[in-house]
Amino acid sequence: MSGHKLLFSGLKFWTPGSNKWINRLHDGVKRSGTVSFSSGNPKVCIVGSGPAGFYTAQHLIKARQDVEVDIYERLPVPFGLVRFGVAPDHPEVKNVINTFTQTANHSRCSFYGNVNVGKDVSVEELQQAYHAVVLSYGAEGNRSMGVPGEDLAGVYSAKDFVGWYNGLPSCRELSPDLSCETAVVLGQGNVALDVARILLCPLDILKSTDITQLALEALAESKVRRVLIVGRRGPVQVACTIKELREMVNLPDTRPEMVAADFEGVQEAVNDLPRPRKRLTELMLKTAMEVPGEKEQERRKKASRVWGFRFFRSPVEVLSDPDHKRTAGIRLAINMLEGSGESARAVLTGEVEDVTCGLVISSIGYKSLPIDASVPFDSHRAIVPNIMGRVQQATGLYCSGWLKTGPTGVIATTMNNSFDTARSVVEDMDSRRLDVSAGKPGSQSISALLDERGVKPVLFSDWEKIDALETRRGEAIGKPREKLLTVEEMLLEARK
Amino acid sequence: MAASAAVRSSMGLTLRLSRVIPDCSTCPFHRLKSCVGIVANSLRNRSFDNFQTINRHLQTSIGLYHSEEGTSGAEDSDDVVNVVYVDRSGKRIPIKAKVGDNVLYLAHKHGIELEGACEASLACSTCQVYVSPAHYDKLPEPDEREDDMLDMAPMLQENSRLGCQITLTPELEGMELTLPKVTRNFYVDGHVPKPH
Repeated sequence: MSGHKLLFSGLKFWTPGSNKWINRLHDGVKRSGTVSFSSGNPKVCIVGSGPAGFYTAQHLIKARQDVEVDIYERLPVPFGLVRFGVAPDHPEVKNVINTFTQTANHSRCSFYGNVNVGKDVSVEELQQAYHAVVLSYGAEGNRSMGVPGEDLAGVYSAKDFVGWYNGLPSCRELSPDLSCETAVVLGQGNVALDVARILLCPLDILKSTDITQLALEALAESKVRRVLIVGRRGPVQVACTIKELREMVNLPDTRPEMVAADFEGVQEAVNDLPRPRKRLTELMLKTAMEVPGEKEQERRKKASRVWGFRFFRSPVEVLSDPDHKRTAGIRLAINMLEGSGESARAVLTGEVEDVTCGLVISSIGYKSLPIDASVPFDSHRAIVPNIMGRVQQATGLYCSGWLKTGPTGVIATTMNNSFDTARSVVEDMDSRRLDVSAGKPGSQSISALLDERGVKPVLFSDWEKIDALETRRGEAIGKPREKLLTVEEMLLEARK
Repeated sequence: MAASAAVRSSMGLTLRLSRVIPDCSTCPFHRLKSCVGIVANSLRNRSFDNFQTINRHLQTSIGLYHSEEGTSGAEDSDDVVNVVYVDRSGKRIPIKAKVGDNVLYLAHKHGIELEGACEASLACSTCQVYVSPAHYDKLPEPDEREDDMLDMAPMLQENSRLGCQITLTPELEGMELTLPKVTRNFYVDGHVPKPH
């Protein structure tokens, strides 16, 4: 009789377009202690549900018809930096969520949120349960400036500031002090430009985005009117891209303020630059040096907010007010460039300059952290050492995304990077370097472990309840969504 | 934003004309209520007048669904544009397409692995293609915003364009669209070689 039931469920499993209920029936059979038909399928576990995790999953599922992929995520909600990093006024960049949703809803993919790998379950336990484990948990730390005064009130990392306005639960209580006139952002990459833009963006643009209500209210009270975006090197070395620069140039009610001397020699160097750098530098030159036409002059005169790049400056100390409690300014060392192009180096001249400001945001890079002692970690470069995504000195362990190559690049870069890792995994399965002939228990054993430990995963269908609630709340106030700001609220909705 | 909204609604029209939007009633996924498009649409509460990639599920190879679109009335020779996609492995895939077809969604329709992360809103570069030199000049000049996105594309070449911005016309007959081989090129130190 049990044999019959087994056969029935086995047949059902291979029906195309299988739904979740079939998986549950299947689980039911497994739980009763019989061997399941799917024990032969290769099972891959992915840690992290941002773009790297999802693109790796997408490629794996497509490349082999038998692979089953489980994605584990620490938060109850998926999508990583697409949800918490992409600026609220860049909704089109978030369209990629539709692709990820499709992957998550695929019959051979499962999402398990609210599971902290490294704490609730170890990487070793995952390796025992799965044929391959892909680490794609990104970079949750940040590079510190390493200067005195960094811990003063009024100094924040861009990672935390962005997390704050994007509703990352751990940044909810940041309460950045926006009561000063000038803010200094250190770093000139896209994140620095996002921060500057959000600080200066007219409220009626922001209020119809998915920026959190908390941040919106704080920005409504903000006294910040001037943002300086400071970099160690020169105009030709900025790390931002032209789209973000154009947005700053076109930001309503703002005007640019640059130092002409910073651009000495740049016009002459422009023609030899490769196309992306050339177009970017030309736009910067135009904004900084060109005398604007009448209409633009009028617009600039009326603008109430100012932004500008400052070049050849490195932070040496954050200066405090007389009570030593809050930021009152920043001391910057003046640099000169040695060499040119991408490899130019900033060299101290010995001179310094003090800039009055009440807000300092350091945007000098994210940094990956080790989450499990058993995983090799290069703390100098803050990545997991790997070749083509295969973690060195470990079989069955892979990495993709920023954890693999370091925290730079846009979604397209991460996509290619993840496809590459997935290809390595598939190659290893096909070539038997990874032995997938022996069955592995996959999520079944991990679910049992988590259950024992009192950890209850959030499934994708549970996330969809959170998604629906956030969308409803947003609709009520003219926003695409109003994000839940605490893990508790997310779990409450997920369990309904 | 208005410009992109205009592009989006005209794309919707193009999709309807080229019959990329499917007739759901015959689809087994629709009948089993496991069509991702339906779930996604109902959650976002949008109509097909908005620009979206409803055929997206073809990409993750629940690939049974090609048949409906195969002969989309391409018998009328005035309307036919033959193009060839060259995928990342070098395989040539000739397609009998129609005037007005969008290069990105045409690829999706035929299971060719061209990603379109931002869904044709000029916010990414994942649909980058290399256009055959003879046809590159026949394309209209890229919008400044397309150029901005291309600047970020890995392995950018002189003949790079974004697939989502190319609409087929009769003079593009014989055009070849090669997918960039952005593979095996990520070194441990993050070095990315220049295009060649």
